[in-house]
Amino acid sequence: MPDSIPQDSVGIIESKTLHFSEPLELECGKVLSEYDIAYETYGELNEAGNNAILICHALSGDQHAAGYHSMEDRKPGWWDSSIGPGKPIDTNHFHVVCLNNLGSCKGSSGPNTKKPGTNKYWGPDFPIVTVRDWVNSQHRLMLALNIGHWCAVIGGSLGGMQVMQWSIDYPDLIKYALVIAAAPKLSAQNIAFNEVARQSIMSDPDFHEGHYLENNSVPRRGLMLARMLGHITYLSDDSMREKFGRELREGKLSFGFDVDFQVESYLRYQGKSFVDRFDANTYLLMTKALDYFDPAREYDHDLAATFDKATAKFMVMSFTSDWRFAPERSREIVKALLDAGKQVSYVEIEAHHGHDAFLIPIPHYMNVFHSYMKSIREAIQ
Amino acid sequence: MRADLAIIAEWIKPGSSILDLGCGDGTLLKYLRDQQQIRGIGLEIDEKNIEACLGNNLNIIQSDLNKGLQGYFSDNSFDYVIMSQTLQATAHPDKLIEEMLRVGKEGIVTFPNMAHWKGRMQLALGGYMPVTKSLPNRWYDTPNIHLCTVQDFEIFCRQHGIKILERTFVDHTHSRSSLMMKLFPNLFSEIALYRFCRADGK
Repeated sequence: MPDSIPQDSVGIIESKTLHFSEPLELECGKVLSEYDIAYETYGELNEAGNNAILICHALSGDQHAAGYHSMEDRKPGWWDSSIGPGKPIDTNHFHVVCLNNLGSCKGSSGPNTKKPGTNKYWGPDFPIVTVRDWVNSQHRLMLALNIGHWCAVIGGSLGGMQVMQWSIDYPDLIKYALVIAAAPKLSAQNIAFNEVARQSIMSDPDFHEGHYLENNSVPRRGLMLARMLGHITYLSDDSMREKFGRELREGKLSFGFDVDFQVESYLRYQGKSFVDRFDANTYLLMTKALDYFDPAREYDHDLAATFDKATAKFMVMSFTSDWRFAPERSREIVKALLDAGKQVSYVEIEAHHGHDAFLIPIPHYMNVFHSYMKSIREAIQ
Repeated sequence: MRADLAIIAEWIKPGSSILDLGCGDGTLLKYLRDQQQIRGIGLEIDEKNIEACLGNNLNIIQSDLNKGLQGYFSDNSFDYVIMSQTLQATAHPDKLIEEMLRVGKEGIVTFPNMAHWKGRMQLALGGYMPVTKSLPNRWYDTPNIHLCTVQDFEIFCRQHGIKILERTFVDHTHSRSSLMMKLFPNLFSEIALYRFCRADGK
């Protein structure tokens, strides 16, 4: 809980929800006849209407990117380190929109909401959504908020994939694309991790083939395992060593199978607390969206050709110790953009935090982010 | 602006595309963009310099030149590839020059001339490694691991099928070539500037 709201915070924020009744066709062939999108905004849209920024969230993110919902909140929004007055995404100058993606579980239509016109949860019947579907729904939200174009679309990890998709699908509606700790598509190793996560959820007896809400149960163990596995891949070997080493929780070995090491305790805590705030079906959907992302597939696997129509200026950032989406993967994006003759900057941030680094205010990262956003600000003035 | 950069700016045709290897804080790229409408991109490794470039709205790629160009650019994708006061600090200057002429139609390099008479005097008479205005570091803290002379560079070009299109020499005050510099560049110039291309014209 914050004692007082920090000067550089967007303050107390309320999530809003918009209902969309125009059907949305999805890549899988199914149609969402109507749906809700939960979102938050920070900062004001200027008169010229050219300062709107879309923030795209990653796997377990949501619309609450910055500020607090109440003075009782233990933590601010997930990207509070970068969004706020005087921060890189400076809300004194930009109008920031962040939404909860379809299929997620924080207020937008998803498996944990009711099917329209029924009293039944979507559960496992919620259609598989893709990055492209999200971008289309984000476009609908943009129009509904009377925003003509995005000055910038920004996202890390799965969020960065949405940024790329925006630049490809709506080239005229995005001026700057900031792709952080992302990849042009998942590797077999990435997909393998996602598959183990999904299997751990689906093999939990409390999963009930996705109908756990009707059965008043939650696949706690499965979702917890999935999160524990995910968490290992978000950290680096170095950061785990620094954070936990081989430190023992009770100071001595138990010679049993309960928690001995601090790292075990940490992972169990992360897993357990995740279960209380996340939906298992959503986890399945989000990992599938990650696995399916491969915009070059439609262009004969030529990533440069994929970006051909893009008109945005690109900023690509990666982190040295990120092995989930390693710097080499970002360099693939940069090479493709250069081959396509696009304007691009690329910065590789020295960081030991692993994939999670994109959420951490590392000085060089923040300076780079600040400088780039400042140049955008000057360009739109 | 440094006089060597001013000379480079004179060599470059307006509207051309430029890759600046070791672009520093982006002074040259910014000048060329604002004054000569070039399309440019810089490679740089230093964090502060990168931040400065981004603040100036320049395209920059954080990269270690000692790892080459890492396959970033396709053949002949730039009109000019520039390396100013950087060549002598790289691990493989020969390979980099080759890369410059692969991705660029023309290359431009500037470097401190190791054979300037002051340096020669210090080494010949004093018996120590030269420390001059254009080579201010001492042997143990210098980033310049591959220093060369005007003569060395021109021999290198001949041996590697590189055609010198233009050359200029300046001293550390960066005033333009004096008569002595023109007559005896290897002895009197402190900074050498070359514009070159492949001799076979490919």
